[in-house]
Amino acid sequence: MKDKKILSLVIRWLILIVVLIAIYLPIALIILYSFSEVRDLGGEYGSFSFGLYAKLFQNKELMTATMNTLIIGLVSAFLATILGSVTAIGIHYMTKMRKVVDTASQITVVNAEIVTAMGFYLLFIFLRDVVHLSFDLGLGWLIIAHTVITTPYVILSVSPRLKQLNPNLLEASMDLGATPIRSLVTVMLPQLFGSMISGFALAFTLSLDDFVVTSINGGKTYTISTFVYNHIRRSGVLPEVRSLSTIIFLFVLIAMIVVNIVKNKNLKKEK
Amino acid sequence: MKKAKVFRPTAFAFPYIAVTVVFVIVPLLLVTLYAFRGNDGSFTIENFNYIFSQAAYRNSLFKTVGIALLATVLCLLVSYPVAYVLASHPFNKMAVLALLFVIPTWMNFVLRIVALKSVFNWMGLKPSFWTGIIGLVYDFLPYMLLPIYTVLSNLDKSYVEASKDLGSNDFLTFWKVTFPLSIPGIISGISMVFMPIFSAYAVTGLLADAGTTVIGRGIEQLFSQPSGYGAGSALSFVLLLLVFIVMFLSSFITGKTNKTLTGGKKR
Repeated sequence: MKDKKILSLVIRWLILIVVLIAIYLPIALIILYSFSEVRDLGGEYGSFSFGLYAKLFQNKELMTATMNTLIIGLVSAFLATILGSVTAIGIHYMTKMRKVVDTASQITVVNAEIVTAMGFYLLFIFLRDVVHLSFDLGLGWLIIAHTVITTPYVILSVSPRLKQLNPNLLEASMDLGATPIRSLVTVMLPQLFGSMISGFALAFTLSLDDFVVTSINGGKTYTISTFVYNHIRRSGVLPEVRSLSTIIFLFVLIAMIVVNIVKNKNLKKEK
Repeated sequence: MKKAKVFRPTAFAFPYIAVTVVFVIVPLLLVTLYAFRGNDGSFTIENFNYIFSQAAYRNSLFKTVGIALLATVLCLLVSYPVAYVLASHPFNKMAVLALLFVIPTWMNFVLRIVALKSVFNWMGLKPSFWTGIIGLVYDFLPYMLLPIYTVLSNLDKSYVEASKDLGSNDFLTFWKVTFPLSIPGIISGISMVFMPIFSAYAVTGLLADAGTTVIGRGIEQLFSQPSGYGAGSALSFVLLLLVFIVMFLSSFITGKTNKTLTGGKKR
């Protein structure tokens, strides 16, 4: 009986470890080879060097793409957080309309991304050729598109928190003479802050990850996704992508660790 | 007594409703309009005739369905055991372990696929149908894993205990109790993987051979010049219908599972 239990534990560890290795092996190799200047993985490693990191910061196109990614990600996540949180509050107080708005907010979530991307593109054509607005595909249009795509995820993140709030607190604040807006800002908003931050993080990573919408609506504006894709399709390799991947992966890892430490601290405080 | 005015800021949702109408509803109407509009501006189904008569588009559509089915099934086969193990004792006490499977999704997926591509190069694997499939599974695995894991780890343990008390062995308990209860998680995993693969032409474009691509690529190419807007919109419209069918099926199956569960409780 005891042997059987140990065997089951070993098998279950094996399943986890095999899949984790499959997931992390490519990333680990990329990190390892980001300190070698060799063109392809598996070639002569040579000496340990930061050459690819220097190359990364000298690659103007890749740096511009990285800046674009950050600008689009931060601005659209910020806008989506504001719009999504305000909307979540509105939806929270709705009765009949609630289902309609909830469903409408899910359209871009369930739709095939290529259809959403083409919809944006046709809207651009429509605004340019029929409404005669003079603007072009690019950073501004991408920020709008990313905001529209990521807002539903902020709503999904803030709504559950709203349902947990004690409605008496808000009423108490208004009974004590605060205006509704002041009550919202000083009573409700602080309680929503945590879910707004996770909504922001979700919106930012989704924007960072986006390829299809960005590729079709970017015009000559490239992000990391679209620039790296096009470059690799054209010329096969781009060694400095390894140093970029390493930096992004370490950044994500550190962010995750910090988030978990803060979470654990808060849990302990509650206890 | 002063009548308290109930505070109902429903107007807070109005800006978003406006945004949704302009940037979500209108674009879908435009796709529909272009799909059913001929060159002279009249109503026509010519665009649909065109995409279904051209072998390139018709085959690409069927091939995409096949690729998406295959990759979804493989994702399920890999992630179900992982989710099951993660939700079982003593792994359910190690929250960090589950997190490890999700962390890579927070990194850019093109960079992850490029990493996989360089490993394939090293191993001497030429771009082929299967390298494309592996890439899709690699990319979408966490999205299948997470919903199944969530359902399994929130599962009421007393069902499993009851089944064992009544004399079922581990396998029978899994097959008759745990698995049916996890179906909503599987369905939500499938819906997070199956349809998105139709648009994942970046993955096949980087990893697979030229013949292995998903329909998203075909649509993108059609839209690269104005003469293709009609056919591209028709293809998009077909995908839109497919999204509806998948959504309908998944809510039907989930609803049926829930009904069986609550029905059992009432008796």
